[in-house]
Amino acid sequence: MLLEVKDLHAGIDGKEILKGLNLRVEKGEVHAIMGPNGSGKSTLSKVLAGHPSYQVISGEVLFEGRNLIELEPDERAREGVFMAFQYPVEVPGVSNAQFLRLAYNEKQKYLGREELDPLEFNDYLKEKAKIVEMDPQFFKRSVNEGFSGGEKKRNEILQMAVLDPKLAILDETDSGLDIDALRIVAEGVNKLRSKDKAIILVTHYQRLLNYIQPDFVHVLADGRIVKEGGKELAIELEEKGYDWVKAAGRR
Amino acid sequence: MSVTKAAPNAAFAKQFSELIQQTEAPEIRELREAAFAAFLELGIPSVKLEAWKYTNMAPIAAIDWKIQGKISSIPKSDPPLADLLRGFRFTRNGFTALNVAFGEFAVIRVPAETKLDPPIEISCSAEAGSIYTPHLLVILEPGSKATLIESFATADNGFTNSVLRVFVGKGAALTHYRLQNDSAGAFNYGLTEIFIDRGGFYDATSINIGARLSRHDIEAVFTAPGGEARVDGLYLLGGRQHHDTHSVIDHRVGHCASRQNYKGILGDASRGVFNGIVYVREGAAGTDAQQSNKNLLLSNDARVDTKPQLEIFNDDVKCSHGATVGQLEEEELFYLRTRGLPEVLARNLLIYGFAEEIIEKIEIAEIKRNIDAALLDHLKTGI
Repeated sequence: MLLEVKDLHAGIDGKEILKGLNLRVEKGEVHAIMGPNGSGKSTLSKVLAGHPSYQVISGEVLFEGRNLIELEPDERAREGVFMAFQYPVEVPGVSNAQFLRLAYNEKQKYLGREELDPLEFNDYLKEKAKIVEMDPQFFKRSVNEGFSGGEKKRNEILQMAVLDPKLAILDETDSGLDIDALRIVAEGVNKLRSKDKAIILVTHYQRLLNYIQPDFVHVLADGRIVKEGGKELAIELEEKGYDWVKAAGRR
Repeated sequence: MSVTKAAPNAAFAKQFSELIQQTEAPEIRELREAAFAAFLELGIPSVKLEAWKYTNMAPIAAIDWKIQGKISSIPKSDPPLADLLRGFRFTRNGFTALNVAFGEFAVIRVPAETKLDPPIEISCSAEAGSIYTPHLLVILEPGSKATLIESFATADNGFTNSVLRVFVGKGAALTHYRLQNDSAGAFNYGLTEIFIDRGGFYDATSINIGARLSRHDIEAVFTAPGGEARVDGLYLLGGRQHHDTHSVIDHRVGHCASRQNYKGILGDASRGVFNGIVYVREGAAGTDAQQSNKNLLLSNDARVDTKPQLEIFNDDVKCSHGATVGQLEEEELFYLRTRGLPEVLARNLLIYGFAEEIIEKIEIAEIKRNIDAALLDHLKTGI
């Protein structure tokens, strides 16, 4: 089992948002977590990535059998957990290439593998950039600074490609994307799909799932998973909205 | 009698009488005497003076200084040096008066319509126990272009007290790098005065890294329309360092543009001061002025006093100014950490990025590399 979330209760500022969430993810699987606003989707992403403002109240999160909660966000990343942000942060003055090389080499060092010098890394980065059709001119630009919404999301997927995580959580990656950007991002993710890694797509809309076919769909309402199924569940949600599952959640 | 001055050091009087006997040119002798009298009157600037209230220069008054340099020789110039010097208001404070009294004068003239290549490099470094008082005039004749690199590497317990006056002629352009990387126990005071003629361009980047106590006064004046100035800087402080930048940008005439971007990074128990005034005088229509001072405090004991000021005596202007004092953004830190960067490295990368906005403007690769290295050394990190 790659990821196992057991009866997770978590929240922010003393407010409980996740109220007993269970989730099991095996290598090679793609899971979609869907749900209305306020259902706890974003909280789940942030808790898994280790955001310091969120607190785990009770329950367990095991990543390859290890307690993920006790790891710092950067340790989780080096262990192979990646989160693509809904709102990627701008880092002025630090070039994309510099940042990615540092991140890549930190992981290599952690895993006892060889680090790459700037020239070697540049070649590696160029290869990875093809996955999201990103122009190498973006390497020199400051991380996300002045990027359009679509460019930021592509940059997130580029980071995922460079860091090669075992588990990637894509938090509302489809939000704010036009159809072309959505296609590029989705195709990028599809290219990164493999039997060794799992992907969790956190999304409000079914739109992204037309491009990235999930193996499992989980519907989150009021901090709990209230319905689970295959990809057909997403289509049903798109047709019926969330009201019927919310009602199910209250029962 | 003014109560605002500290007692000037008695050792100066003896050294001054020796110097004045060796000074051959009577006009220069006169000037030095007037300046020395002003110094005796003004003394070392005291915190009781409004412009010095955050910067206590008392440690300088407590040392028996020796004057350093070959100060009796007078450079030949046309017009004569005395005429050039006479326009200088040495009475602004005790340090500028002391600078002229003991001034090591030099004149650099860039001929009209000439692009000077390579850069003019000067270094101003007092030795331990000494005051060094360079006084340099850089004159860019019309249509000329040059780069000036002014570096400071003052020794511990040395005091560099410098004056630089820049005259940017019609359509001339000067790129000025002022690199203060003094020893940790050094003192530094510098005044940079700039006059920008019609269509002239002055582009400055001032980096302040060293010294235990330093102050840089900048006074840029537009004397004819069409001038442009960029007056940027960075102060990077740690330990118990104190740095003060006082800047005046004076739009005396209309249709000139000024941009000022100063950034401060303050760690440990360091202290920074930024005081910037932009004057837009009556009749200076079409002025375009922007000023920004942003500070990053890395410790609870660090402190900065920032005061950007705009004084506008005209309606037809486009001006903005602002200052911020903050700490590293938690969201930015979290973002970097989710990419596998350990907390210390993530912090350092953000600090580096903050400084880089100023550093990346530097066009000379070697200087940029050196400052990057000094920054990384300061952060005790490799990036």
